Amino acid sequence: MNDASGAGKRRRLAALVPGLTQLRRGERLLGLSLLMATLFLVAVLVFAFDRVWATFTAGRIDYWLALFTLIAGLALVWKLGAATAMGAGVVEGSQSQWTLAWREFKKNRAALLGLYLMAFLYVATLLGAYLTPHDPIAIGDVAATRHLPPSLDHLMGTDRFGRDVLTRVLFGARISLAIGFIAIAISITLGTLIGAVAGYFGGVVDTILMRFVDMLISFPRLVLLIAVIALFEPSISLVIAVLGLTLWPSTARIVRGEVLSLRERDFIQAARVLGLGAPRIIFRHIIPNVMGPVIVAATLGLGNIILIEAGLSFLGFGVQPPTPSWGNMINDGREFMVTAWWVSTFPGLAIVLTVVAFNLVGDGLRDALDPRLRIRT
Amino acid sequence: MSDIVLSVENLRTYFHTEDGVVRAVDGLSFDKTIACLSILRLVEVPGVIEAGSRVLFRDRDLIQVPDKEMQKIRGNDISMVFQEPMTSLNPVYTIGNQISETIRAHQATNKRAARARAIEMLELVGIPDPAARVTDYPHEFSGGMRQRAMIAMALACEPGVVIADEPTTALDVTIQAEILDLLSDLQARLGMALIFVSHDLGVVSQIADRVLVMYAGQAVEGGTAAEVFERPSHPYTEGLLEALPRLGRRQPRLAVIPGSVPNPKSWPAGCRFHPRCPHAWDRCRDDAPPLIVAGRTCRCWLQDDPTRRASTGTTPLGEASP
Repeated sequence: MNDASGAGKRRRLAALVPGLTQLRRGERLLGLSLLMATLFLVAVLVFAFDRVWATFTAGRIDYWLALFTLIAGLALVWKLGAATAMGAGVVEGSQSQWTLAWREFKKNRAALLGLYLMAFLYVATLLGAYLTPHDPIAIGDVAATRHLPPSLDHLMGTDRFGRDVLTRVLFGARISLAIGFIAIAISITLGTLIGAVAGYFGGVVDTILMRFVDMLISFPRLVLLIAVIALFEPSISLVIAVLGLTLWPSTARIVRGEVLSLRERDFIQAARVLGLGAPRIIFRHIIPNVMGPVIVAATLGLGNIILIEAGLSFLGFGVQPPTPSWGNMINDGREFMVTAWWVSTFPGLAIVLTVVAFNLVGDGLRDALDPRLRIRT
Repeated sequence: MSDIVLSVENLRTYFHTEDGVVRAVDGLSFDKTIACLSILRLVEVPGVIEAGSRVLFRDRDLIQVPDKEMQKIRGNDISMVFQEPMTSLNPVYTIGNQISETIRAHQATNKRAARARAIEMLELVGIPDPAARVTDYPHEFSGGMRQRAMIAMALACEPGVVIADEPTTALDVTIQAEILDLLSDLQARLGMALIFVSHDLGVVSQIADRVLVMYAGQAVEGGTAAEVFERPSHPYTEGLLEALPRLGRRQPRLAVIPGSVPNPKSWPAGCRFHPRCPHAWDRCRDDAPPLIVAGRTCRCWLQDDPTRRASTGTTPLGEASP
């Protein structure tokens, strides 16, 4: 009797903390990740409480962003914990292709790791204002603070102007990820539309669009980027525009190829017979069916774009100092590699981690979304 | 059923390919899928519906109708059921979603009404528990159920004509029987015309009121099912029926029509069937017989001159009977 009520109390206690119920049931992966996410968010809330509190008075937009992320993150973890604690992971009813793909994706440990890295990166970036007490741009007493090695106060040391490298890495991540995200959104949208139209209509339309694609692809990309940027004042929006407008051809090619085989499929023919118009067929029946390869291309492309942006910034054509970006930070520390290795190394590691994370997720998605690659177990 | 809903006259669809013109459909004919698609004007380049073709639907010539109008007719007035239920449904949408989409493309109804109609249609085609199955994805349906769902989609707007292109070929025999029952039941209940395209003479005799036999892109014989199956008038039809295995009749070897279907790029001169016809004579080689529509529809010179029928007529290979 007493024993039973004790167990009941423990179960109720476990239900309060996301992940504990799952751990008790032996779902180690799910439980641990929920628990870790909760601990991380709570730790931020506790250790940076003064800054969380200051959000209401400081009037800084990145503080508000961080607060929103914190609350949304906690809510999401809580909800996930509650949902998976209730009736196990099996959802009764219909299974869309996405449900099936997610089930496949979960089996791939490396991809899951990539997904965690990605999530952590985005959350850390958005929470950046709470995570570090330093300013990414302001320069203080340079003589006293320049090139300090990593310590508790400066986890990644300081650069030649005495700025905290960790802070700058987090702010740089914000800019690199934002550039990557917007540029990939532009290029995926353009690529999908153009590829779908070319593939669906075929003939002259296809020829014109695809020769244009060939033309764009045949330019050496970096030279094209540098040439365009050299014509104008380098700025973040210019980098986004140039990257977004030059990367769509490869997506267009992938989509066109998929559409060429899709349009011969019976269900497209059936849609025509049932009196649906071309726009409706393209948007409702063709594009959703090419989303798999497009998402894979987008994830892999995102890693690629971050690399290109870093390269441009390194060369001085991308994000301009003092705004931090991983590329220009590496360039900053280049001369001091021997005396102050931390200035270049940490942004470099950040690039590597990000790109690896995106590639792992991309590979995982490709395996999950392409039934032909699915390994039966 | 005296009103003529659909009449096809002189429909010709040619495919202008690199090697020459493929005459896929010639005259009043049904070269399987191409003919069906020609009626709906969905033939793609290099296929062209030649000038002079006429497809009359409720006294309107579908060949002349503007594209926008034609799109309204497809699915709404003339609909089609495909051969392959496995691939004819879009894998990313639920069954209900796809049925509602057709309804919403043609009728000004809201989502909820279209969905209610979709459930009604699934019930009509005999899907058990339609309210629950309406949210299923195609991969959760069996082949027979998918074909039922396709039929529900095709019938959702109550079309006047439904073209079924070998709707049972991909299904096993028991499911085939169910689908045939369903189609003839719905045809009677909804008062629609059903054009059933098939290679399977057994299926045809079961479902059809009137039969039109095609050979080499042309109609060769037509009539009621009873006439065509019991008293065939064209040598090709005779050959086809002869080639059927029969229960309770022992044969060392099935009868065949000698030769094979000629190349559609160059049909034989004269009667297209003459190289394989046991009764052919000079006239068949030189002159193409017209399609005579007088009581029995037939495209054969034997109609003019029945005495030319070869004595061994019904068994072209002259097999020795045991």
